[in-house]
Amino acid sequence: MADKMINLTLKVWRQKSKNAEGSFSTYSVNKVSTDASFLEMIDQLNQELIQKGDDPIAFDHDCREGICGSCGFMINGSAHGPLKSTTVCQLHMRNFSDGEVLTVEPWRSSAFPLIKDLMVDRTAFDRIVKSGGYISVNAGNAPDGNAVLVPKPDADEAFANAACIGCGACVASCKNGSAALFTSAKLVHLSSLPQGKVEGDKRALNMVAQMDQEGFGACSTTGSCSAACPKDISLVSIAKLNRAFLKASLNKKPEVKGGEAG
Amino acid sequence: MSKLDGKIPTGPIESKWQDHRFNMKLVNPANKRKHTVIVVGTGLAGASAAASMGELGYKVKAFCVHESPRRAHSVAAQGGINAAKNYQNDGDSTYRLFYDTIKGGDFRAREANVYRLAETSVKIIDQCVAQGVPFARDYGGLLANRSFGGAQVSRTFYARGQTGQQLLLGAYQSMMRQVDLGNVELRTRREMLDLVVVDGKARGIIVRNLLTGEIESHEADAVVLATGGYSTVFYLSTNAMACAVTAAWKAHKRGAYFANPCYTQIHPTCVPVHGENQSKLTLMSESLRNDGRVWVSKTKNDRRKPEEIPESERDYFLERVYPSFGNLAPRDVASRQAKYRCDEGHSAIPDGEAVYLDFADTIKRQGEAKIAEKYGNLFQMYDKITGENPYKTPMKIYPAPHYTMGGLWVDYNLMSTIPGLFVAGEANFSDHGANRLGASALMQGLADGYFVIPYTIGDYIANTKIQPIQPTHDSFKAATETVQIEIQKLMNVKGGRTVESFHKQLGRIMWNNCGMARNEKGLTEALQQIPKLREEFWNNVRVPGEANYLNPELEKAGRVADFLELGELMCRDALDRKESCGGHFREEYQVDGEAKRDDEKYCYVAAWEWMGKDKSQSLHKEDLTFENIKLATRSYK
Ligand SMILES: Cc1cc2nc3c(=O)[nH]c(=O)nc-3n(C[C@H](O)[C@H](O)[C@H](O)COP(=O)(O)OP(=O)(O)OC[C@H]3O[C@@H](n4cnc5c(N)ncnc54)[C@H](O)[C@@H]3O)c2cc1C
Ligand code: FES
Repeated sequence: MADKMINLTLKVWRQKSKNAEGSFSTYSVNKVSTDASFLEMIDQLNQELIQKGDDPIAFDHDCREGICGSCGFMINGSAHGPLKSTTVCQLHMRNFSDGEVLTVEPWRSSAFPLIKDLMVDRTAFDRIVKSGGYISVNAGNAPDGNAVLVPKPDADEAFANAACIGCGACVASCKNGSAALFTSAKLVHLSSLPQGKVEGDKRALNMVAQMDQEGFGACSTTGSCSAACPKDISLVSIAKLNRAFLKASLNKKPEVKGGEAG
Repeated sequence: MSKLDGKIPTGPIESKWQDHRFNMKLVNPANKRKHTVIVVGTGLAGASAAASMGELGYKVKAFCVHESPRRAHSVAAQGGINAAKNYQNDGDSTYRLFYDTIKGGDFRAREANVYRLAETSVKIIDQCVAQGVPFARDYGGLLANRSFGGAQVSRTFYARGQTGQQLLLGAYQSMMRQVDLGNVELRTRREMLDLVVVDGKARGIIVRNLLTGEIESHEADAVVLATGGYSTVFYLSTNAMACAVTAAWKAHKRGAYFANPCYTQIHPTCVPVHGENQSKLTLMSESLRNDGRVWVSKTKNDRRKPEEIPESERDYFLERVYPSFGNLAPRDVASRQAKYRCDEGHSAIPDGEAVYLDFADTIKRQGEAKIAEKYGNLFQMYDKITGENPYKTPMKIYPAPHYTMGGLWVDYNLMSTIPGLFVAGEANFSDHGANRLGASALMQGLADGYFVIPYTIGDYIANTKIQPIQPTHDSFKAATETVQIEIQKLMNVKGGRTVESFHKQLGRIMWNNCGMARNEKGLTEALQQIPKLREEFWNNVRVPGEANYLNPELEKAGRVADFLELGELMCRDALDRKESCGGHFREEYQVDGEAKRDDEKYCYVAAWEWMGKDKSQSLHKEDLTFENIKLATRSYK
């Protein structure tokens, strides 16, 4: 933990609100500890801006340990910056060098309307989950936890996909603005477990329909989403989503209304 | 001062909850739709409560400050969740979990609540598995367990180092299903800034829409607060940045008693403080103590690299002081020992405080791959923060504020002193006494949300005459005005200091005087410093921007204003409790560095009543009686 001090130039996208005009503003940030995180560096700049009577830069953040999925923006064109498997809150300044110029801008996707500066609205993800990203089980109805054995490889696959933090880096790095990686991670998480298979077809159809409705683009399997994903969700998940969707479309049976328990 | 009644059902401990449920009045299923319940906070406790009440048919309105419920602070919990399943056949039982929790809490929790928690724990695991929570499993496909501090059985269920995330996703997804079905109405990015009390009952909330600045009124038949803990009063803590006492504090000011505010947990294994601009501390899960050994050099101010310090010159102090629990000693005890070593000059770093957490032995025994499978993400996190590789060199760790056992006082039904206001999860004071055992917060939050609140709310609604109410009622108008005035006041100071600088200063006062060790002198000093700082805050804080649009600085200012009041109460409570118990360590009351309780005088819950601005809160007591577990000195030796 040998800390050093570096100076940086930041070009930050400033935009007051969704409909306001935006542009880059340039700031110099001096004496940044290399032990600080990227967000702590922006905190430092914001403290200076407030002292000067300027408007601090708005950005989403909360846990600052790479798990809540709140943070995220582009640094020099890469989602969450240059380090693989790392969110901006976990990106430390020792990965940058003195005198560097960094361009910082928000996720850009029509399904993620801008709120302010580096903050965007990702509630489209919640609506995708709402459309079917769950297993229908009311509290109190569950059998013993060990009643159904889950082969370890299946449990591991479920976990690897459930690790998604919903940050939106996949959408932001995709040239089509597709949410296929996010949606597939949820689908594969649930459908790789025995208890999630029952609703598998319905889930695939509904989540894909919602994804399209939100205005996310189509997936062309370029893979930039997976490369940018801080949790290393695999492109294989998208292939599984496509297969599940196709299978569900072929299997589709007319639904008898009124069967669902509330 | 009055005696508080915890409304503990009569009868043997094993059947209290069952009997109580049977005696409850039920709400006719067809009528449930007519009853609205507000749930504030959608972390583990809130999301599970909202989902369950939606499933039962209540009309639920859920609120959170986050963009999405999935981002609640619960997401950060790493190590695991306890349940008395006894899957490992190592002698666990409901009674043992009950016993461990009462003892772990240093005999300052209510027996009946803790028993119910232990009893419910097994159902939580079943529920989560059914929801698709991907718990760790062994090769036979069965659920795996690990050990946590303060227990000699292996009862902790986990999903690598992301247990909280996975449990939260389970609860969130169940809640989103209810949103889809129209039973839960979800409003995110809303901060509750006041509680509305009508005819002595909680009937609604006032929230600020954090995106537009709009102040909204929401009415209901009952309100559940599940807004988390207040460790961020220390500024640097393992909690997320948005964690705050605000919702609980506003309820306190409307009449809800605040219990045991001085019971805070300092977690032994966190990445040490590194610099002035640091914004938070990162936890290294307690589960690491399963396989890691904690030590310092026997030589003072030893500046050698840890690898160069030979085995014979190392002090494995937890193993030395607590031979039977060793590295798995409970948190309060382990933290204190780390502090003693650093105070004596054995710190692992030159200008700060740290001890080693070493995996070399286990890596040798089990191999790097096995360790990576268990703790990969934690090791990676450590590497990212410090730039050091913990597979090669021991971690450096130090205690940090982590959890708050104190919170709003609730009775056995989890109802506060305001009828109709229920409190769940970390926000209440209920189950952990003066020290919480690892992996028990997730258990408590989900027990409250899935299995307790849905019943007790029904009983309240069925037994209470609740008049219809409109958000245009005078009480809503008055509360809205209070909120607007406070916001205007904050905006109008236009002073010279940032909100952050006040928060940091308060945090330092709290850490130095009301942290891991407390004494009369320090607490008395803090009680002079905090009101001064508060006054300066209201005269010199600078909140930029506007009130009627997104304004994170305004949000923070409101939260810090509340912390500046809470901090004072914490110090008063700590000063008042002239004993040491669990996380509350008064230096004057100790035997050989261990906490010395005074059961004669302090075997009670201290619940504080707000008496108005610029007046001191008044103290009420709930006596604690131990009918099942004998009061004894807690020993881990
Ligand atoms: C790093 C870390 C690791 C942990 N690991 C473990 C572990 O391994 N095992 C364990 O048992 N426990 C662990 N804990 C403790 C545990 O995570 C928490 O105690 C628990 O998750 C709290 O859940 P909650 O639902 O009560 O509150 P939270 O998850 O904090 O949720 C609070 C909710 O309230 C909302 N809210 C807050 N204020 C307002 C307001 N004014 N208006 C509207 N909404 C509001 C928030 O948006 C959020 O939705 C850990 C804690 C930390 C910090
Ligand atoms: S702030 Fe939570 S993931 Fe970055």
